[in-house]
Amino acid sequence: MRRRVFLIAGIVLVALVVGIALVSLFWTPFPAADTTGGRLEGPGAHHLLGTDKLGRDLLTRLMIGARIAVAVGLGAVALGAVVGGVAGLLAGFANRWLDDTLAALLDILIAFPTLLLAMLVVAARGASLGSAIVAIGLAMSAIVARLTRVLVKRVLAMDYVTLARTSGVSWPRIVTAHVLPNIWPTMAVNLALQFGLAVLAEASLSYLGLGPPPPNASWGRLLQEAQSTVLTAPIGAIAPGVLLVVLVVGVNLLADGLRDVADPTRRGHR
Amino acid sequence: MSLLTVSDLTVSTADGRTLVDGLSFSIAKGHRLGLIGESGSGKSLTALAVTGLLPPGLRASGTVLLDGTPVIGANERSLNRLRGRVAAVVFQEPSTALDPLMRLGNQVAEPLRRHQGLRGAALRAAVASALEEVALPARVAHAYPHEVSGGQRQRAAIAMALACRPALLIADEPTTALDVTVQAEVLALLDRLVAAHDMALLFVSHDLAVVGKVTDEVVVLSSGRAVRTGPLRAILADPQDDYTAALVASARRLDEALGGAL
Ligand SMILES: Nc1ncnc2c1ncn2[C@@H]1O[C@H](COP(=O)(O)OP(=O)(O)OP(=O)(O)O)[C@@H](O)[C@H]1O
Ligand SMILES: [Mg+2]
Repeated sequence: MRRRVFLIAGIVLVALVVGIALVSLFWTPFPAADTTGGRLEGPGAHHLLGTDKLGRDLLTRLMIGARIAVAVGLGAVALGAVVGGVAGLLAGFANRWLDDTLAALLDILIAFPTLLLAMLVVAARGASLGSAIVAIGLAMSAIVARLTRVLVKRVLAMDYVTLARTSGVSWPRIVTAHVLPNIWPTMAVNLALQFGLAVLAEASLSYLGLGPPPPNASWGRLLQEAQSTVLTAPIGAIAPGVLLVVLVVGVNLLADGLRDVADPTRRGHR
Repeated sequence: MSLLTVSDLTVSTADGRTLVDGLSFSIAKGHRLGLIGESGSGKSLTALAVTGLLPPGLRASGTVLLDGTPVIGANERSLNRLRGRVAAVVFQEPSTALDPLMRLGNQVAEPLRRHQGLRGAALRAAVASALEEVALPARVAHAYPHEVSGGQRQRAAIAMALACRPALLIADEPTTALDVTVQAEVLALLDRLVAAHDMALLFVSHDLAVVGKVTDEVVVLSSGRAVRTGPLRAILADPQDDYTAALVASARRLDEALGGAL
C-alpha cells in the first residue's frame, strides 16, 4: 500500500515536470530572448515569478529549462542504457578473454573524467544540447555496462539458465525470457539514479559553457546565474532548485515503484 | 545397447588439477544407478559432464556416449538434440533451478512448447496434466516460485525435466535442500514416475539412505575416483574400504533416526 503511494507520487511529480516541458514547446509567457522586463523584478502580475538580472521572465526560463532537463535525462539514459546494456550483455556472455578485455576497457572508461569526455565531444560537435546528451550518455554507458555485466553473469550462473540450455532453448530466447526480466528490476532503479545524475551533470556542463547555448538555459545555468543575486532575489535560485529536486525525486520514486511491479518477489513486502 | 556409457571420464581444471579421475559406468535403458560420495567428491561434475554442461574452465576427456552419440567434443547443436529428449536434469537447489520472475506454469510450458510443438489450448492442457502428474494443484501454474513451498518447487522442476519424456533422468541431489518428510514424498514421486515412464535414472546423492530408496546399483566416488561399484546390498553388507564404511555408518545412523530399514 505504501509502495503504491510512492509510485503514484513519482508519477505525479514526473508528470508535472514533463507537462511543463511539453507546454513550453507551444507556449511560454514571453519569448525566450525577451529582455523587456525590469531587472530583478519580484513576482508580480506581469512576470508571475519575476525576472532575472537581464530582465528575462523567470517562468519562461524555468519552462524551457524543464524541456532541457527532460531531454537530457531521457536522451542520456536512453543512450547509456542502449550502449551500456549491449556492451554489458556482450561482456556477460563473452568468453574469458573477451570479457577480461571489455572489463578492463570499462574500468578505464569509468576512470575517465566525464568533464574531459564532454570537452572532447564539444570540440568535435560544438556546444549544444545534443553534445551534452552524447557526452553524459557515453560516460553513463560505461557505468551501465559494468552493472549489466555483473547482473548478467549472476543470472547466467543460475541453474534455470543451465536447464534452459539443456533443453535446447536458443540464446536469444534465454536473453529475452530469463536474463532481461531478471536484471531489469535492478537496472530500472539504477537508470533512474542515472537520470538524476545526468540532469545534475548537465547543470555543471552548462556552468562551464559546454551546455546548450543561450537563450535556452538549463536549470543548472539558472542556478549558477542566480548565485550572485541569491540574497536580493532568492526566488531565482529557489525555483530551479525546487524543480530539479522534484524531477530527480519523482524519477526515483517512479523507478522504485516500477521495480516492484516488475519483480513479483517484492510484491506485498515492506 | 546401453543408454549411457561413460568410460575413463576425466574432468580437469585449466591449471591441471584432476577433479574426476578415470570414471567408468553405464546405464541400460530403464535401469537405475546411484552415484554417491562425500561433498566435493565430483558427483555434480560427473552429472554435468555427462550432458556436456561443465562450467567454463573445466575440461572433460574420455568417452561419454548418450544413446550412442558422443558427448565430449560434440558441438552445442548436436548436444541440444540430446538434452531434454534423451537426458534431462533435476538440480539440487530448486530455488535456483526456477526463474524467480516467471510463473511456474510458463516455466513448465517452455519445454513442452519447444519439444512437442504445442500451442494455445493444447499447451495449457499439457501444462495442467504435467502439474497433475507431479501432484501439484492446478493453481500453482499461476504462482511464482517464491509463492510455493520448496517441495512444490522441486516437483515443478521434476515436471519440467519430464516434459520431453527423456529416456534418462539425471537427478543431482534432488531432495537435499528439502525437509525430511518432504524429501520422502519427492523421492517416492520420482521413483513412481521413473517406473511409470520406463525411464533410466542417474541418481546423485551423498546419502546412502536416500540412494537406497530409489536404486540398487551404486558407484561410490571418493576424490573423483570410483572406489566401489556394485549392488547396494553387497556394499552395505561388506563396505571393504574405510571411506565406504564411513558412508555406510553415517547412513545407518540417519536411517535409524528416521526409523528406516537399511
Ligand atoms: N568450476 C570449477 N572450477 C574448479 N573446481 C571446481 C569447479 N566446480 C567444482 N570444482 C571442484 O571439483 C570438486 C568436485 O565438485 P562437485 O561439485 O562435483 O562435488 P559434489 O560431489 O557434487 O559435492 P556436493 O555434494 O557438495 O554437491 C570440488 O572439489 C570442487 O571444489
Ligand atoms: Mg553436487
